[in-house]
Amino acid sequence: MSNYNSNDALLEVFIFELSQLINQLEEQILTNEKMNYYSDSAVNEIFRIMHTLKGSSVMMGFENISSLAHSMEDLFYYIRRDGGQAIDFSELVDILLECVDFLKVEELKIREGYSLEGENSELLKKIKNLIPTINKEIKVKKIPCNNEILFSPISSQKDENNADHFYQAHIRFEDEISMENMRAYSIVHNLREVQNEIYYIPLDIIDNPDSAKIICKNGFYIFIRTGCCYETINNILRKALFINQLDLIEISDAKEFKQQVELFIQEDLMDEKIEIIDEQRDNVFEIRNEKSLSMQQNYVSAQESSVSMQHSFFGTQENSVSVQQNNISSQNNHFSTQQNHNSSQQSIISVNVTKLDKLMDLVGEMVIAKAMVIQNSDLAGLTLNNFNKSARQLNKITAEIQDMVMAIRMVPLSTTFHRMHRIIRDMNKKLGKETELIIIGENTEVDKNIIEHISDPLMHLIRNSVDHGIEMPEERILKGKSKSGNITIEAKNSGSDVHIQIKDDGKGLDRKKILQKAKENHMLTKTEEDISDSELFNMILSPGFSTKEIITEFSGRGVGMDVVSTNIELVGGSVSVESIPEQGTTITLKIPLTLAIIDGINIKVGSTFYTIPTTNIKEFFRPDITNIIRDPHGNNMIMVRGQCYLILKLADLFEVKGASSDFSNGIMIMMEENEKIICLFADELLGQQQVVVKTLPDYILRSKKIKGISGCTLLGNGGISLIIDVAALLRLDV
Amino acid sequence: MTEIDLSDSVTEEDTQKGRYLTFTLGKETYGLEIRYVTEIICIQAITELPELSEYLKGIINLRGKIIPVMDVRLRFKKDYCEYNDRTCIIVININEISVGLIVDGVSEVLSIDEKDIVDPPKINSTFQNGYIKNIGKVGSDVKLLLDCKKLLSEDELVEIDKAIS
Repeated sequence: MSNYNSNDALLEVFIFELSQLINQLEEQILTNEKMNYYSDSAVNEIFRIMHTLKGSSVMMGFENISSLAHSMEDLFYYIRRDGGQAIDFSELVDILLECVDFLKVEELKIREGYSLEGENSELLKKIKNLIPTINKEIKVKKIPCNNEILFSPISSQKDENNADHFYQAHIRFEDEISMENMRAYSIVHNLREVQNEIYYIPLDIIDNPDSAKIICKNGFYIFIRTGCCYETINNILRKALFINQLDLIEISDAKEFKQQVELFIQEDLMDEKIEIIDEQRDNVFEIRNEKSLSMQQNYVSAQESSVSMQHSFFGTQENSVSVQQNNISSQNNHFSTQQNHNSSQQSIISVNVTKLDKLMDLVGEMVIAKAMVIQNSDLAGLTLNNFNKSARQLNKITAEIQDMVMAIRMVPLSTTFHRMHRIIRDMNKKLGKETELIIIGENTEVDKNIIEHISDPLMHLIRNSVDHGIEMPEERILKGKSKSGNITIEAKNSGSDVHIQIKDDGKGLDRKKILQKAKENHMLTKTEEDISDSELFNMILSPGFSTKEIITEFSGRGVGMDVVSTNIELVGGSVSVESIPEQGTTITLKIPLTLAIIDGINIKVGSTFYTIPTTNIKEFFRPDITNIIRDPHGNNMIMVRGQCYLILKLADLFEVKGASSDFSNGIMIMMEENEKIICLFADELLGQQQVVVKTLPDYILRSKKIKGISGCTLLGNGGISLIIDVAALLRLDV
Repeated sequence: MTEIDLSDSVTEEDTQKGRYLTFTLGKETYGLEIRYVTEIICIQAITELPELSEYLKGIINLRGKIIPVMDVRLRFKKDYCEYNDRTCIIVININEISVGLIVDGVSEVLSIDEKDIVDPPKINSTFQNGYIKNIGKVGSDVKLLLDCKKLLSEDELVEIDKAIS
């Protein structure tokens, strides 16, 4: 493939765009499948997606993507023309999804830096086969050519301005660079900012691949009316790559300019009309490959050869203006759920995530630096009224910056959720089940890093629900349920957490089977009668736990739920399972909004500082020695308001030297996670602080994973505090 | 953290070649290839971490960066020695992993000619001299030249290499 190694930045943008387009496309296809009808706006949307895709992949030299996009475009051309009637929808959707999958694979390959050898001829053939079936019995109803629009491709201002200059540029590219038309387009694109009026020949550089040959042969002509001087235009043109020869001539007055342009366009128009009469529309595909070159001897012959069919069909809608809007609309798509998002122009820019991470780091440093200044030990004991006033101001601003940076990193869950439509659809087809996906609260926002970690778990949970939970339609009717099963994904904010619930109305978990399996795996710590439903059900989260006897394509290896729990724990969240027989299963994921900055309480044990996330803390109290009970194993417990809790001595757990072991001297911190409660004993309570979570150094993480510590943070005085992982502590001891 | 910055080490290699930072541990003088050394700082407050090997003393805050520190005395199975104001932390950077080495004191930067560098004695395979790459002769003194990579423990470095490749 062409020179994509040299263009890393370009490639990055391309990959970003590609993945976005693919998602958009998939979403469009699926929403339309449900309605069994392609509305005009949907067709146009898909059309636009394919068009952008084609353009940019040609630019980057990914031929197999562009050819696929091209033939998909053809397909939708037909659908658009006959209003989406007479199509075998399931077949169409299958093929389209196959194409989407192909694109996904290619995207991955580009990302990983492999060369693209994906074979798409199979798909191309399928699409071609589909076209005649759509196309049969349909005659051309109108001459789809509107020359008026066609020949003023871009003209942003109509008013005459005498200060304008007129130029005619003739560009020749270096030999054998290929895709001359796309390169020409990029030149036009570059000029867009300075032009008042622009015309170019050949006109159909975007739609017609053959125009590359024409440019190759005759060069590329641009006529431009602009307020800029010769130098500027010359510089812009010279910026383009691979230009061999550039002649830029200034045309003295408007009249002559008009004449020149008209001359060129007239020639072009004439030719096109002849072509339109000549060609039969139904055999587009044979004709496209032959070059019907009808060369003219004229100087203005740039345009003369095969003005393609495509041009005349698509030209009206698909001129460069729509291409321009594409980028904007593709970004808005995140926020639009249905098809009626006709590019509501929001000002959105895409930023590299690493830059955001860097910004986040810097803000973190700033928060620490602020604490260092305001809590500086030199200030102790001084009365500083003005200083305190300014400090409060600083506090307020830093807090706002921090909130803003966090807000920037927040991404709505909708894209992740909508991806599940596809999974359900595929599984329904394969398993013969009927399942509906209901999405609630898709606009809930979560930190970008966290989103990456929850899309896999969600997929596994959905698969499990369809495969294990939802019954076959007949079975459901027998049970008196609706024929098609429902799976609900619901996201909602709750304090500093986001709760995501995956709920199905299937048969629920089978207590007996799980119990049996738990026995086989020696996981039972209590007798069968004692174990509660929730304890038992949460066992399905352990690795290798599957009650399914047969391993299927979708489930049965017992990996899925393990992936769910490890992934969710990785981001500091938790999973809980509830189930009612014959009514369904509900799995709740509790996920923190963000990982980077948390509110914490600093405590001290010996000479070491620790930070406990405020969300985990229930209360602090000075222990009353008479309430402390010691059992024969040496465990300490404490009675608080009639409840008995286990005491964990941080000093013993982390082998801290110099800590007080006398309960009367320290403080007790009651911590809660997942409805389990434990009391932690520490020497001293230091206060509350917003802390920036830093991971422990890689070197230490590689040599040993430290249980009970999730990271570290810097204190106001420059010291280090270790962040306690409450969930891990509870697992350690309960 | 997983990238190797080759360009730096290549361009700076010329000036750094054959130069060693020497430090003392008890009576012996050791040398470290200078290209691994980032900086030398005095001993700081170390935050201890549970469950680590004895020689990994904990972590320190180096201008906002958290780096682990290792007591080289304990690493070489020598007796622990109370830290004093001569005690230094040499921050080294190997394959983008920063580690601080606690040593008794830093002496000087020396140039040692290649001809003055000899292999350590090989008596038998069980003889433990894994950390010493070479022995350098400077005048009548002998400097033990350390293999930085081995210092970060062989097993661990294999893992690190794996993570990089």
